[in-house]
Amino acid sequence: MAELSAAPAARPREWRWLASPRVVFGAAVLVLLGVVAAAAPWLAPHDPLEQDLMSSFLPPFWAAGADPSFPLGTDSLGRDLLSRLIYGARVALTVAFVAALLAALLGTVLGLLAGYFRGWVDALISRLVDIWLSFPPVLLSIVLVALIGTGLHAVIIAIVVIDWTRFCRVVRAETLVQREQDYVASALTIGLGRMAILRREILPNVMPLLIVLVTLEMGIAVIVEAILSFVGLSVSSDTPTWGGLIQEGRLYVHQAWWMMVLPILCIVLSVLGFNALGDGLRERLDPVLRR
Amino acid sequence: MAASQLLKRLLLAIPTLFGVAVIVFVLMRVVPGDPIAMMIGPGATAETAAELRALYGLDRPLLEQFGIWLADAVRGDFGISISAHQDVARLILARLPATLELSLAAIAFAALFGVAFAVTGAYWRGRPPEGAVDAFAALSLAIPDFLWGLIFILVLGVLLPVMPISGRLDPRLDFAAVTQFYVVESLLRGEFRVLGSLLLHLVLPAVALGLPLTAIIARVLKSSLIEALAQDYVLQARVKGFGRWRIILREALRNALIPTVTLTGVQFTFLIGGTVLIERIFGYPGLGNLAITAVIDRDLPLIQGIVITFAVMFIALNILIDMTYALLNPRLRHG
Repeated sequence: MAELSAAPAARPREWRWLASPRVVFGAAVLVLLGVVAAAAPWLAPHDPLEQDLMSSFLPPFWAAGADPSFPLGTDSLGRDLLSRLIYGARVALTVAFVAALLAALLGTVLGLLAGYFRGWVDALISRLVDIWLSFPPVLLSIVLVALIGTGLHAVIIAIVVIDWTRFCRVVRAETLVQREQDYVASALTIGLGRMAILRREILPNVMPLLIVLVTLEMGIAVIVEAILSFVGLSVSSDTPTWGGLIQEGRLYVHQAWWMMVLPILCIVLSVLGFNALGDGLRERLDPVLRR
Repeated sequence: MAASQLLKRLLLAIPTLFGVAVIVFVLMRVVPGDPIAMMIGPGATAETAAELRALYGLDRPLLEQFGIWLADAVRGDFGISISAHQDVARLILARLPATLELSLAAIAFAALFGVAFAVTGAYWRGRPPEGAVDAFAALSLAIPDFLWGLIFILVLGVLLPVMPISGRLDPRLDFAAVTQFYVVESLLRGEFRVLGSLLLHLVLPAVALGLPLTAIIARVLKSSLIEALAQDYVLQARVKGFGRWRIILREALRNALIPTVTLTGVQFTFLIGGTVLIERIFGYPGLGNLAITAVIDRDLPLIQGIVITFAVMFIALNILIDMTYALLNPRLRHG
């Protein structure tokens, strides 16, 4: 039904205008993370759970006494830190993608409905958002995971339940603007139903904004997962996560500071990447900023 | 803000608070596992369990349970903590002052340095100082507060041990406090060694907590300042021969503060929410630290009390921000 759509269609072969240093950097980080996560079994020199108590607390390659088969050293149980960091990327990336997309889905549906139908639908949804924003997000996520029970699904549910409001508020505001546009009036004239207008006309116009928000949300999800692992509420301790590694590293910070620093660097690099991609896309996609 | 506006704003908070109460109640009732079983342990008889169930009203219909619970909560009665065997409200009140002191210290740091950075960036616009301010803001925002906390602990507590990284006060100092507002109390009583130790312990957690807000204030205020400097009244002031510093500080800053307060107001709540982890990391005895302990112990009455306390603080803070905004903006004040 593309020919019926009043929204401007994507022009082929013009994706180059999207590329800015920020976008390229962000995309590169994302691709790197994706490759590391996907190829973890081949990239990791060891099994991340393999214990070797004879070689615990080995220093990383730059320090004296390092073992070349453990490039970044080992932890208290002699597990290879590099392998654990590589496998940690899997959890981080899974949570980032699934949680951000689900939060976007929930928030967008509610935001579209509130913005388009206004009236009591809007009043109800906006009040719900107000109530949600009265809770400290970190505390709420910790409480939620404690209630649902630990595990990857609990972390994802907690992020979705807390962060849908980000999407809902922005999408609602944007829908309020879009519904007054001429193309919506034209669509009504040719007899399109209200749901069809929302889905085929307004949604595509909200999409650029949504892509930016999802990218930024992925960075937030990585941080929330790290926070929950750090507090000991994420996935089981058998699965290496960056937050869990930070928590382990903190215990031995006086003997082996790199155990805490390396996972922090992984988180900072990914968050910088997601933020750069999101901000860079916003710069290119937002008509106000583009001018 | 006119009294009627304030009243309206306060009335609007009631349905929000009610919604908060409903959500907390529902959350606590969907908990997998039996709170009574957790309280009494495996050795108790079925009669004891039934008695306790009746005592806590858990045998009544859900709606009635909610009514009883709400009536108690409104009076500040959240029951007895399961792990500490003390009144929840009392436990919270004992910890709240520490959290307030930490939050205020972080906000003070953010306001002071945020404004200083913004003015610096606006004065040396397009030159290296502005670049430095922008780089600082980008870096501070990319790293969340709890990672800043860990980095500070590592650098200033472990590698270069110059700062205290745990607790609120040097344990060797003897300070018999009457209130929990240690900083205020030590200042009023003239106990300056205690005050010094308190402030020294506050520095790292407050800076870690305040860095993101500092960056946001610096960014928003700087762009508002630059915008204000392009206005006619600034040109007039320059024609009158006022110096650049005077124009920025006396003319532009006042006008640039309004958008800054509006845009950064919501960040205050994020900052207060951030105390939960920062207090944990720095072993600071505040409400947030208590919250995580309560979650780990699955102490439901305590969790409920703390979550509602935070929600009330957030709602009150939002009203305060709205009022400040109305006071600062003459159009709203007379509107």
